[in-house]
Amino acid sequence: MDAVLRGFREKGLSYLIVGPFAIVLAFPFYVMVITAFKQQRDFYDLSHTPYWFHKGPTLSNARFLFNETQYTTWLRNTAIIGVVVVLITLVLAVPAGYALARLSGKLGQSVGVGIFLTYLVPPTLLFLPLFSVITQLDRQTSSLLHFHLRGSIWSLVLVYPSFTVPFATWLLMGFFKTIPRELEDAALIDGASRLGTLVRIVFPISVPGILTVVIFSFSLVVNEFVYAFTFISASAHRTLSTGVYTDLIRGDLPQWGAIMVASLIPSIPLALLYNTFLDRFIAGFTGGAFR
Amino acid sequence: MEALAAARPRGRRWTNVLERPSVLASVLISPAVVFILALVGGPLALAVYLSFTNAIGGSLHGKWIGLGNFRHEWTNPAFKDAVWHTFLFTVISQAVVLVVAGLLAHALLKKFPGKWLLRFLILLPWAAPLPLSLMGWTWIFDTTYSIINWTLQHLHLASTVSPPQWLAQPRLAMGSVIAVHAWRIIPFATVIFLAGLASIPKEVDDAAAIDGATGFRKFWSVSLPLQLPIATVALLFGIVFTATDMAVVYILTNGGPPPSNATEMVTTWAYKTGIESGSLGAGAAISLFLLPVLAVVAIGMLIFARRAEVT
Repeated sequence: MDAVLRGFREKGLSYLIVGPFAIVLAFPFYVMVITAFKQQRDFYDLSHTPYWFHKGPTLSNARFLFNETQYTTWLRNTAIIGVVVVLITLVLAVPAGYALARLSGKLGQSVGVGIFLTYLVPPTLLFLPLFSVITQLDRQTSSLLHFHLRGSIWSLVLVYPSFTVPFATWLLMGFFKTIPRELEDAALIDGASRLGTLVRIVFPISVPGILTVVIFSFSLVVNEFVYAFTFISASAHRTLSTGVYTDLIRGDLPQWGAIMVASLIPSIPLALLYNTFLDRFIAGFTGGAFR
Repeated sequence: MEALAAARPRGRRWTNVLERPSVLASVLISPAVVFILALVGGPLALAVYLSFTNAIGGSLHGKWIGLGNFRHEWTNPAFKDAVWHTFLFTVISQAVVLVVAGLLAHALLKKFPGKWLLRFLILLPWAAPLPLSLMGWTWIFDTTYSIINWTLQHLHLASTVSPPQWLAQPRLAMGSVIAVHAWRIIPFATVIFLAGLASIPKEVDDAAAIDGATGFRKFWSVSLPLQLPIATVALLFGIVFTATDMAVVYILTNGGPPPSNATEMVTTWAYKTGIESGSLGAGAAISLFLLPVLAVVAIGMLIFARRAEVT
């Protein structure tokens, strides 16, 4: 009886702590959702509560966003950059992560930690020299290939792996460490080559880990602001992270409803994926260091 | 092993070399290492070089001026303000994060109905792309239609004639960017804390119970020391993410409000100097002032990651 009471009290305490914080942390998203579907006259009307609809909900904000702005272009640009960067990241990070987890000795451990530490070097430290590098490369590409690197999404494709590769290598190293060595040993004894073992045994059972890396690397790309803001100035080449801000907020009259729709469309699926893969992410993230 | 390899037919020598773990390891690791050296190491070295020159935007070299940029910034009031603001921004937001994330992690450790939903809501600020969720905050802090002001006014806590200008009054602007950044980091710190708490073996709890340690005493002498290494790692990450962030401040206040520029940070000041004013060398010098922070954090990580390994 005592235990039951204590259980109740502990649960109640959990709700008391988690509940209010959950409301505060999610509050901006509630405001965004409700503003996204409000008529303009409604959210500029201060005589009624802003927490709910006064006039009926509307899709006019979404219609405006898709018809009157370059939103679909930004979505497409972000998707292209994301996919290519993720592919580059996997090609470089999967082999490196595996080798660091399995094949290398003490030296490998230090290399692993070194790669991880480069993840700490922020874009705000590197964007100035990289801006110059891109500008110089731009001169080459424009005279040789008639293609402007600076201002194109490919400048971001070139630069983004600088933070996704260290991050992904570290995560994958953690994942590969959790795969039992015996599986590989068995295949090796059966006469498979090491490379063959890697491709046929290790990679297939690492799919959940690799999927986690795909999602989190993609999310890092969508989150990136500094490079995208510095390297690209034309609306048609912008990504989501800068396009919504520069074109819709800084424009003459911010279309708040459309801005909220624009922000929510990528946020909702990403947040759901993030939540689904979070436990794996934590295992990999801390597993590299704490095992 | 080598004799065996040599005895095999010639055509398979290449694959045999790949059978040696050390060779295979270097083949697998080097592309990533070369790539990182080129895209992180190279630019970092270039930033150091540029900071000693008077290079202008878009060029890769300039006239060597030694410590000129550093000396100039060191005596520049705008730069000193930026360093002070960055310090406040980082320390206050991370203090808030530690307290809230600590509370949340302990509360989320227990099982209760609806936990999945609450955890999802708590995670949202970290899971949604920051530059996009900042659009929501810009609207929430709007000068005329702020939902916060509407609420405060209806509770008679704010004046209707001159309501608070969250991003346009120096102190409020600083408070707002600190709050938004804490909001952003809390979910991350919470999940890292949670992982640390979950990794404490059940036996420790049982042993503490047998020894009669409960409540605060147990927390202070058992849970806290065991949790400390991973909590420190979370804090160190939080420091890096905050001190080097530009998106929150740039999008919300752009370093303003003028003329005091109460939220100008090292990062936004480097951006304005290096890109907007085109003084690349000076901008590089400013951003390099972030390096000591990174160095301290990196050393801290190495120490605490090793200690966490023991637990």
